[in-house]
Amino acid sequence: MSARAARHGALHLASILVGAAIVVPIVFGVLGGFKDNGQLFTNPFGLPDPWIPGNYTDILGSGAFWRQAGNSVGIAIATTVGVVGIGAMAAYIFARYAFPGRETLFTVFAIGLMFPFAVAILPLFVLLREMGLLGNPLGVVLPQIAFGLPVTIVVLRGFFRGIPPEVEESAVLDGAGPVRFFWRILLPMSRPALGTVSVLAVVGSWNNYLLPLIVFNDSRWWTLPLGVQQFQSQYSADTARILAYVTLAMIPALLCYAFAERQLVGGLTSGIGKG
Amino acid sequence: MVIIERRPAAPARPPVRSRSRRRRPWPTIVLFLAPALLLFGLLVLAPIVVAGYASLFTWNGFGVPTQFVGLENFRRLLTDEIFAGDLRRTLLLVTLSIGIQLPFSLVLAMLLNQPLRGRRAYRLVFFAPYVLSEVVTAVLFTMIFSPNQGLANHITRLIGLGDLGATWLADPDTVMYSLFLVISWKYFGFHTLLYLAARQSIPPELHDAAATDGAGPWRAFRHITLPLLGPTIRISVFLSVLGTVQLFDMVWVLTGGGPIRSSETLAVTMFQEGFKRFHVGYASAISMAIFLISLFFGLLYQRFVLRRDLEGAVTTMGDRR
Repeated sequence: MSARAARHGALHLASILVGAAIVVPIVFGVLGGFKDNGQLFTNPFGLPDPWIPGNYTDILGSGAFWRQAGNSVGIAIATTVGVVGIGAMAAYIFARYAFPGRETLFTVFAIGLMFPFAVAILPLFVLLREMGLLGNPLGVVLPQIAFGLPVTIVVLRGFFRGIPPEVEESAVLDGAGPVRFFWRILLPMSRPALGTVSVLAVVGSWNNYLLPLIVFNDSRWWTLPLGVQQFQSQYSADTARILAYVTLAMIPALLCYAFAERQLVGGLTSGIGKG
Repeated sequence: MVIIERRPAAPARPPVRSRSRRRRPWPTIVLFLAPALLLFGLLVLAPIVVAGYASLFTWNGFGVPTQFVGLENFRRLLTDEIFAGDLRRTLLLVTLSIGIQLPFSLVLAMLLNQPLRGRRAYRLVFFAPYVLSEVVTAVLFTMIFSPNQGLANHITRLIGLGDLGATWLADPDTVMYSLFLVISWKYFGFHTLLYLAARQSIPPELHDAAATDGAGPWRAFRHITLPLLGPTIRISVFLSVLGTVQLFDMVWVLTGGGPIRSSETLAVTMFQEGFKRFHVGYASAISMAIFLISLFFGLLYQRFVLRRDLEGAVTTMGDRR
């Protein structure tokens, strides 16, 4: 019994140590934002003394932060609606219709899982320039949709296949065409899978950096990652202020995570975790 | 990004179709597939073709490429010391990830699988960095590694290492290890969670039976848990390698590739050449190199390593029919 207790203690200790390694940098950021640079130098670990909310209030009072957050939200929503809608339509065909070349086409999409923005960014830049989409949020949204399609299609096809064919048969007998079946029956039945791919799309869009970096020259459309980096180079000597900005930029992502943890984790481990 | 489809063990259910009901499926197929094909073709496939084409030219990115040089850009790439350095650094990060980060994640997943108070809270915390953007993470750690006010140096001083780590990101000898530290901070939770999910889907009867037969925890781990985690480990290695080959955001913000290019990655070199120096032809050749490395690795890995998983041979304990 005591050996078990010891093992249990070691377990706790290890978990706490790792948890601390994760949390300490974040707490350093949050508290650092409430200090000034002198305090950061002399008192990096402790609570701020005195608390200086100025860094936070300055940022929250500036239009730039809110504009960037708004841009991030708008672009994330547009991307998610687009990629889930278009991806679901394609996944429906891949799951339910047989036609020559279907598997080849699906494989092309699946290989797309391996394409990162980094590979395509140069020609993408050239293409977007030709299409007049530089400086336009569509220049970020459309490529994000395109690059998000593989994961969306792969997940949704798997889910759609699991829905019994009898459901579709009876819908067709009741006179529903494919569009009606898709819209009124298939999508409502697929809420869990749609939730998963939506969360993936939101997180992907929210965190994207390279694409907005090359598309938006003008700070009007900047998203939070661009704003954070720009803020860092602008105030490079003012560590406390940058920490406040980083903290404020972290909060939406962490809140969203706390809210949608199951969906996100379920999505990431689905298909892998079964082993 | 992350999800790999596992082929079902049983043959896929044939789609329901009867001649009388769906006489003309083609309009539906075209209607539903067209938007995806259009966007994917135009914005994912076409750029890769364009990159392949542009890599054959000396081109500054403006107008139409005219100065055809054939494979000259690739020849130059193979003799380029910076490119060779990129490959070495990628290999270093891959080695560190597979050798340190993933085993660490595995151990942690096994810990979290034990009955432990607050297990759910630990899970939440370990995974949290994964949702932060690489840029936000990088800026935060730039501050942590800052020579004067940063946390890192305070910690080394506190544990008696003095200013050993005064130059985390500023010293060519340490920068890659600091980078690895940040990458691990952000991603180990993701791998831990994959392993944990896989561990929890192993039917408990197997471990019960092993315990009854007198197997200790180590033997049970070695002969039951580890083999059954195989597919998950292989996929996590796959994701880790691809992620490393394509690394950009984190490095660009954390170090910009410096000092003196000692932390430059393939994608950073590509970005420098393409967007800073306007050597678009040469940069396209680097893009193609990243693409080909990813593709070759991906295909070979799927062919030789993931194949048995995809065939569902060892993996589908739960739904073997």
